[in-house]
Amino acid sequence: MPATDDAFVRFSKVQKSYDGETLVVKDLNLDIAKGEFLTMLGPSGSGKTTCLMMLAGFEPATNGEIYLGDMSINNVPPHKRGIGMVFQNYALFPHMTVAENLAFPLQVRKVAKAEVETKVQRALDMVELGDFGSRRPAQLSGGQQQRVAVARALVFEPDLVLMDEPLGALDKQLREQMQYEIKHIHENLGVTIVYVTHDQTEALTMSDRVAVFNDGVIQQLSSPDHLYEDPQNSFVAQFIGENNKLNGEVIEISNDVCTVKITDGTILRADKMNVDAVGDGTTISLRPERVELDPAVEMDNMLEGKIEELIYLGDHIRVRMNVAGNSGFIAKVRNRGDRRIFAEGEVAKLGWSASDCKALDLVS
Amino acid sequence: MSEATSNGPVLTQDGVPLKTSLAKALRREKLRAFLLIAPLLVFILITFVLPIGDMLWRSVENGIVRDTIPHTIESLADWDPASGETPGEATFAALHVDLLEATKEKTHTRLGSRLNYEISGASSMFRKTGRRVKKMKDENFKEQFIKVDKKWGDIEYWRTIKQFGPRYTGGYFLNALDAESTAGGVSFKPEDERIYLFLFQRTIFLSVSIMLSCLLLGYPIAFLLANLPVKTSNILMILVLLPFWTSLLVRTSAWKVLLQQQGVINDILVWVGLVNDAGRLVMINNQTGTIIAMTHILLPFMILPLFSVMKTISPTYVRAAKSMGANDWTAFWRVYFPQTIPGIGAGSILAFILSIGFYITPELVGGTSGIFISNRIAYHISSSLNWGLAAALGVMLLVMVIALFYVYDKIVGIDNVKLG
Repeated sequence: MPATDDAFVRFSKVQKSYDGETLVVKDLNLDIAKGEFLTMLGPSGSGKTTCLMMLAGFEPATNGEIYLGDMSINNVPPHKRGIGMVFQNYALFPHMTVAENLAFPLQVRKVAKAEVETKVQRALDMVELGDFGSRRPAQLSGGQQQRVAVARALVFEPDLVLMDEPLGALDKQLREQMQYEIKHIHENLGVTIVYVTHDQTEALTMSDRVAVFNDGVIQQLSSPDHLYEDPQNSFVAQFIGENNKLNGEVIEISNDVCTVKITDGTILRADKMNVDAVGDGTTISLRPERVELDPAVEMDNMLEGKIEELIYLGDHIRVRMNVAGNSGFIAKVRNRGDRRIFAEGEVAKLGWSASDCKALDLVS
Repeated sequence: MSEATSNGPVLTQDGVPLKTSLAKALRREKLRAFLLIAPLLVFILITFVLPIGDMLWRSVENGIVRDTIPHTIESLADWDPASGETPGEATFAALHVDLLEATKEKTHTRLGSRLNYEISGASSMFRKTGRRVKKMKDENFKEQFIKVDKKWGDIEYWRTIKQFGPRYTGGYFLNALDAESTAGGVSFKPEDERIYLFLFQRTIFLSVSIMLSCLLLGYPIAFLLANLPVKTSNILMILVLLPFWTSLLVRTSAWKVLLQQQGVINDILVWVGLVNDAGRLVMINNQTGTIIAMTHILLPFMILPLFSVMKTISPTYVRAAKSMGANDWTAFWRVYFPQTIPGIGAGSILAFILSIGFYITPELVGGTSGIFISNRIAYHISSSLNWGLAAALGVMLLVMVIALFYVYDKIVGIDNVKLG
């Protein structure tokens, strides 16, 4: 039985191995609340899709229990779980029309014919494809197929919908549009969605909470803003968003702030995240947009760096600098009308506050 | 201006019509492509189109009567078989002239055997007459001919000669349809003389049975092959293809060893006690033997197209169906199976068309009740030497296959066939 009342889906000590030697999923414990939009994010091979397949019932869990509502579903076959699913390549049945595709889950549930028609039409209207019922999937564009797939997963009104990289095959613009549409559908219908992706923008845009997977373990489970602002370890910091790395050694810890001496001798002050003791190696993570070039006021960390390259990107300018022996240091400068014009080769002052940089576990 | 003006063709910048310019640009490529396929084209022309053309021609060609007894045919032009009287003296005189010529060339016996296909007794009639024709006196030919062989006085023989006088004839086709042309017009032969329609029927029935048993046996195998890991499926695939590397004759003979009454299968059944020694099953030299052996031979032709189609069906379709609440059977029947229909179509066409023209296997294991129309064609080509009839039967087989193909196209749609 789930420990908390609001957990709708619950993974309890779930482990998965395909060959009996290595674990693809190592001790997964995860509660998903009813109505939540939870994204499993991670590089390929991190175990996120396996988790989804275990939840859908296509892969058995090697160990542990998966609960849906307050029932263990380990031994429930997929077709009795009542979980809607959107597949990576949509898996629309090519030999059926769009309407037949949508009617399929209702027909196998023995819904009355008239009701099937109403529900199909309503689902099609929901994804703004009301007139496309008689077409074949092959006659639709990628974006339309995607919408049909979403409508088909929702038409039988499941409480839980799984999405396995559903936007992977779309181009960038369509992908962004679909992200909003799926988000709105989620808000309107209040279904629980578990979404798998390797695209961090997608995860940040849509989710209530994001579970970052790596190596079969959830590295961090938190809301998108926390994920970006307060990464718990170096993997998350580097996987989510852009990130400057500065390696060094902790020389002092006071409360939440620690002082770090980085490789070239520079002393920096940073938020203490997961370093334990003085003398530990650490990697400091710093978002490029938090770097202030030519700061007007004194900041916690003040350095100088030589500008190596300027890249004009319209809304901002990317400045690649050599800072503290690191030639790949990136700063983003907002494109304001009154901004100072920098030149390549120039040595500029830069600074950032201690709370913007995080002292994390050491990565080489 | 390369855009179309309101009148006249589209022109290039140089004022040449765009189409001319395009044709010129593509000519070289077309020539190259043609040269590449030219050897194959010649090969196909010589080994495929010409023999088939020759066969079509032979099924209606009938020059032998006119070439051997031209004067007789000419004088028969005015004769009406419906009159009930044999032709007059003039015709017999012409026949005398013709036969004198023919016996010199010894072509009268060939004519005799040709006409014998249409009416029995014609062969002996011509041979007998040929021996005596030189000694005939120059008068009363009719009397003398009838004295040599009284069949010359039979109006049916004359009717046959007149009927097959023209250079082209539908007679072979009538024969192939178990029909004949009598004084009362075209009609079917008596019940007990019919053979070809029955054989065609049996050929189709057996081919359909073989096709269906190939499908029933091949579908699960193809499914297994398509869903196993590549390593395992490759090994199984070799097993499927193994029969291709063994001689057809060897495989068919192996079935003889297995299926005969003193054969391996019967021995095992007796040993197990399923049948007693007196009741050994007859599984060879009948239709059962033909169906078993040919199913075995044609199975790969069913499995391969099915496999290649199944290979392209993503397993997510079935998963999607299950996620929507379909049980295993519904997911298979409503989602997986319809997508394999192109493979079923391709495999069935292949197995059916190959089996409808099969010869060696039915010849060896078919006995009398399990032979095909092709065995009869072979008989006419190599034993009875009635090539015209063999050609007519072949043409009918060809037409039948094309017709079935057409029907298939109307029902299933030929673009629904996928070989890979």
